[in-house]
Amino acid sequence: MNWEIVIGLEVHVQLKTQSKAFCGCKTTYGSPPNSQTCPVCLGYPGALPVLNREVVNSAIKAGLATHSKIRYRSGFARKNYFYPDLPKGYQISQYTDPICYDGYIQIPTEEGKKKIGLIRIHMEEDAGKSMHTENGTLIDLNRCGIPLLEIVSCPDIRSPQEAYTYLTTLKQIIRYTGISDCNMEEGSLRCDANLSVRPMGEKTLGTRTELKNMNSFHGVEKALAYEANRQITCLEAGEPIEQQTLLWNEQTQRAEPMRSKEESHDYRYFPEPDLVDVQLTDAWIQDIKAVMPELPEERLSRFIKHYGLSEEDSLVLTAEHEIADYFEAAVQGFQDISLMNHWIRGEILRILKEKQISIDQCPISPKALRDLLTYLLNKKITPQTAKTVLDNMVKTGESADKIIEKKGLLSITSSEELDALIRNIVEKHPEEVKKYRQGKTQLLGFFMGQVMKATKGRADQKITRHILQRYLDATEE
Amino acid sequence: MSISREEVLHIAKLARLSLTEEEVEMYTHQLGEILNYIQKLNELDVDNIEPMKHVLHIVNVLRDDKNLPSLSREDVLKNAPEHDGEYFKVPKVLKTE
Amino acid sequence: MKDSIQDRISELLDNLEKTDNPIFITIDKDWLWKHVKEQATIEGPLSGKIIAVKDNINVRGLPTTCASRILETYYSLYDATVIEKIRVAGGILLGKTNMDEFAMGSSTEYSAWGEVRNPIDETRVPGGSSGGSASAVSAGFVDYALGSDTGGSIRQPAAFTGTVGLKPTYGRVSRYGLTAYASSFDQIGPITKTVSQSAELLNVIAGKDSRDSTSADVPVPNYLKTLQEKVQGYVVGIPWHLLEKGVDEDVLESFKDVISRLEKEGVRFKKIELKYADYAIATYYILATAEASSNLARFDGVRYGVNAKEQLQDLFSYYAKNRSKGFGPEVKRRIMLGTYVLSSGYYEAYYTRGQKVRNLIAQEFFTLLNEVDALMFPTTPTTAFKLGENVDDPLKMYLNDVFTVSVNIAGLPAISVPGKPGNHGLPVGCQIIGNAYEEGTILQLGHTIERSRI
Repeated sequence: MNWEIVIGLEVHVQLKTQSKAFCGCKTTYGSPPNSQTCPVCLGYPGALPVLNREVVNSAIKAGLATHSKIRYRSGFARKNYFYPDLPKGYQISQYTDPICYDGYIQIPTEEGKKKIGLIRIHMEEDAGKSMHTENGTLIDLNRCGIPLLEIVSCPDIRSPQEAYTYLTTLKQIIRYTGISDCNMEEGSLRCDANLSVRPMGEKTLGTRTELKNMNSFHGVEKALAYEANRQITCLEAGEPIEQQTLLWNEQTQRAEPMRSKEESHDYRYFPEPDLVDVQLTDAWIQDIKAVMPELPEERLSRFIKHYGLSEEDSLVLTAEHEIADYFEAAVQGFQDISLMNHWIRGEILRILKEKQISIDQCPISPKALRDLLTYLLNKKITPQTAKTVLDNMVKTGESADKIIEKKGLLSITSSEELDALIRNIVEKHPEEVKKYRQGKTQLLGFFMGQVMKATKGRADQKITRHILQRYLDATEE
Repeated sequence: MSISREEVLHIAKLARLSLTEEEVEMYTHQLGEILNYIQKLNELDVDNIEPMKHVLHIVNVLRDDKNLPSLSREDVLKNAPEHDGEYFKVPKVLKTE
Repeated sequence: MKDSIQDRISELLDNLEKTDNPIFITIDKDWLWKHVKEQATIEGPLSGKIIAVKDNINVRGLPTTCASRILETYYSLYDATVIEKIRVAGGILLGKTNMDEFAMGSSTEYSAWGEVRNPIDETRVPGGSSGGSASAVSAGFVDYALGSDTGGSIRQPAAFTGTVGLKPTYGRVSRYGLTAYASSFDQIGPITKTVSQSAELLNVIAGKDSRDSTSADVPVPNYLKTLQEKVQGYVVGIPWHLLEKGVDEDVLESFKDVISRLEKEGVRFKKIELKYADYAIATYYILATAEASSNLARFDGVRYGVNAKEQLQDLFSYYAKNRSKGFGPEVKRRIMLGTYVLSSGYYEAYYTRGQKVRNLIAQEFFTLLNEVDALMFPTTPTTAFKLGENVDDPLKMYLNDVFTVSVNIAGLPAISVPGKPGNHGLPVGCQIIGNAYEEGTILQLGHTIERSRI
C-alpha cells in the first residue's frame, strides 16, 4: 500500500529583546546561572507582569512576514502545569485569541513552490532550564520569562524532507525580520512535530504522535523519517497507532516513548487576570510595516532584476540577510557585479566555512573586499595575486593597499621586463620547445607555469601568453 | 450535584495535593455541598451574555524594552530551601514525569 | 517629637508583649528600630504615624508568611508599591498582622499562627481575613493598618471590630507586592479608627503604578479635601429586599439608625433592587477560587518556602509533599474547588458561566450607580460570631460574605463605618458603595455618619 505522511510543526522562536517579556531582566545568553532574575520572573509572591511593547511589535512583524491575519484585540491566558523550571506554576501564553492567525509561507519543492499554512502565531514566555545530575536537579531561571513566539503550522507538510525545507525557510524569514536569531544550538529556535500516516487518497487523518527533543533541523528530519517508518510498519502489521509523545534520542537515533504520564495533561487555561488586552490599531500596524525589512522573496527577485544575477547566485547571496547586506555593501560603486558575486560566493563563503563564523564576524569588510577587487578589475594585480592578498588580509587584518605595497605584488605588465624573462625561460628548456614545435602545443601551459613561478604569479597573463607564443611560434619558421 | 471520591482524588492530583483518607472524605462532602450551592447559577439564562474577564476597561499597558536591575543571586538563593550557590536544587527524583 | 515616637513604640512593644492575642505575626525589633530611625528623617503626610501591615503585603527585609506554613521561611526582597509610598510619606511600619491563610477566610481562624480574638469581645472572631489588621487598630496598637479585600476581607473585620474599613475601586491602589489570592478581585485598603484617617491613608497609597498592569490611570483627588464637602442632596439606594430575611434584628436597627442620621444631613434614600445579588456568592466562589488555584501554584518549595528534603519517588510526590504540608485546610479546599471549575469538562459549566453572571451582577451595579450616588446596606448580616462557630462549615462561612462579595465582583469602592452598636455592645458596620473611582463620595457619607454619632 502507498502511505501518505502528514506532518505539522510547532516552532518556538526566542525573541531578541533587551528585556524579558514581563519584567526588566536582561536576556543575555550564557550569563552566570540565576543572575538575571527578579521578583516577577522568579514568581515571588505579589510580583506582577507588565508586557514588553517590543514583544507585541515582534509578533506583528512575524505575522506580516508570514501573510498572517493580525488580530486587533488579543489577550493572554495562563497555561497551568507544575514543573520546577516554571516558577509561577503557569506559563503566560495566549490561548483563544492568538495575535496572528491564518498565515502561510512558501517553500521550494521539486514541483515548484508550495504553500504551508500557519494556524497561529502567539506570544508567550519561556521557562527556565533544568539540569538533571546524580544528586539532584539544578534549576537556572535566567531564561525564564524571555519572550517566545510559538508558530504552529497546518498539517500541510508531506515528508520529512519538506519539514526540513519548511524549517530552513521559516528560519530564513524570521531571521530576515530581525526579531530572533533562530539559533537551534543556543535554543533560540525549538521545534516539536506531529506526525500521522494514512493510505494515499484517504481523507481522514490517522492517529498522530508527537515528537520532541530534536536538536537540529536534520534531527527533525531524521526523527520524522524514523517515526513515519515506525507507524507504517505498525499499520502494515495490523497494529493500531497509539497517540503518544515520543522523545528523539540523538545517540540511538530512535524515538522513544515518554514515560506515560500519571494523568493526561489538563492545562486549565483561563484568561490571565494580571494583564490587560492588547488593542492594535491600523496606525500601529502601519508603523511596523514602515520599519519592516525586505523579506527573502522580495530580495531574491530584486537581486535577479537589479543586479542581473542568475537565480542560483541570487539564492546563495540572499540565503541570509547578512550575506545579502554584505554583498550590497561590497558592490556599492563597483563596476563588475559578476566578479563581486564570484568572489563572495567563492572566497568569502569559503573563509566563513573554514573559520566556522558568520558573515558579520568576517575579517574582510565589504569595503576591504571592494578595494582588493578594484586592483584586480584594473589589472593591477593578477587573480592569483588577489587570492594571496586576500589570505594575507585574513591573517594580518591589513588592507589590500598595504599588503600589495609591502610585498610589491603589483602585476608585471612591462613587455620589456617580461620579454627578457620569457626569453630566458625558453632558452633554458630546449627539449620542451622542440616538443612544442613538433605539435605538442599544450606545453604552452608548462611555459606559462614557469613564468608564473618565476614571477610569483605577478606576470600579466595576457601579455605573457602573447610574448610566449611569439617566441615559441617565431623560431618555427 | 455531588462530586465523587474519584473526582476529588483527580483534582487533588492536578493541584499537587496529597490527601489523607479523612481529608478525601471531608472534601468529597464539603465540595459536594458547595458545588450544589453553586448550581444556583443555572437558574439564570446567560446565553447572550459576554463572559467578563475584568471589570477594567484598560487596554495596552506596555513598558519600553529596557533593562531594570535584577536581584542579587546571593539574596535570591538565601530564600531557597536548597541550592548549591549557583542553582536552585530539587532533590533527585527517581523518575521524571 | 522624635523622642516621643520612640517612647510610643517602646510602650507599644511592652503592651504587645503582655497580650497573648496573636494579632501580629511578625514584629522584628532590630528591623523596627532601624526603620524608625530612617523614617524619623522623613517629613511627610504620615510622619509619626504607626502602621500595621497585613502579612500578605511584601515589606523588604521582613518575612511575608500570609499566615501559612509554606512561607514560614520566606523573606521579602522587595517592597510592595503601597509600602514604598508609605515609606516616602514618613509612616512607620510596626509589623505584619495575622490573617486567614492567604486571605481565605472570614474569621482569622484559618491561620498557621493561631486564631485572633476580637479585642471587643475575646470570645468572638475579629472577622477576616484582615482580622489582625482590624484588631490592631481596634485595640489601639497602631494608628492605621493596611488590609486586603477580595470578597469583604477589609470591610467585614472592620464591621466586627468597630473600625473603618475601605476597599478602593479595583485598580485604584497598586496590587504590586500584594500576594495574590484572586487577582481580578484583590485590592489593598486602609483600616483606621476614623473616616478622615482612612482618607489620609488612601491619599498616600492610591494612584497609577507602572508595575501593576491593572492599576488605573485615573487622577487621585485629595480625599481629605473632598471629605469637607456637604452630602446634602445625595441620593442613596437601598436594596430593602435583601434585608427582609437573614439579617439580625440588632444589625437592622443599627442600619436604620444610620439612615435617619443621614436623612438629617439632607441625604435622600431610594428603594432599589439588586436582582442578581443572590448569585454573588456562587459567582465569587467559582471565579475567586479558580484564580486562587493558579495563583497559589507558585508555592512549591523550590525557590522559597519550605520543602521536603527527602529522597522521593517522583516529582509529583515532591510537589504534593511540600504543598500538603504547607497549606492549611481552607486553602486546600479553595485550591481544590478552583482546580475543579477550571478542569477539562467543567470549565464552561462553571468558569465561563461564572464570568457571565459576573457581567450581569456588575452591569446591574453600574446601571444603578448611574441613577444614585451610592448604595448602602449592612456590611454583614450579623455581628461578630463566636470563635469556632463556623469553622467546620465552609458553606456557612462563605454565606457570611453575602453583603460584601458583590462589590468585589463589580470592582467598586466600598467603605464600612461603625453604626450604633448591637446586642452586647458588639460593633455593627454600615457599608456604603460608590461608583468606580468615586471613593470621595463614600468617604464623605461615612464621615457624615461618624460625625453625627458624636
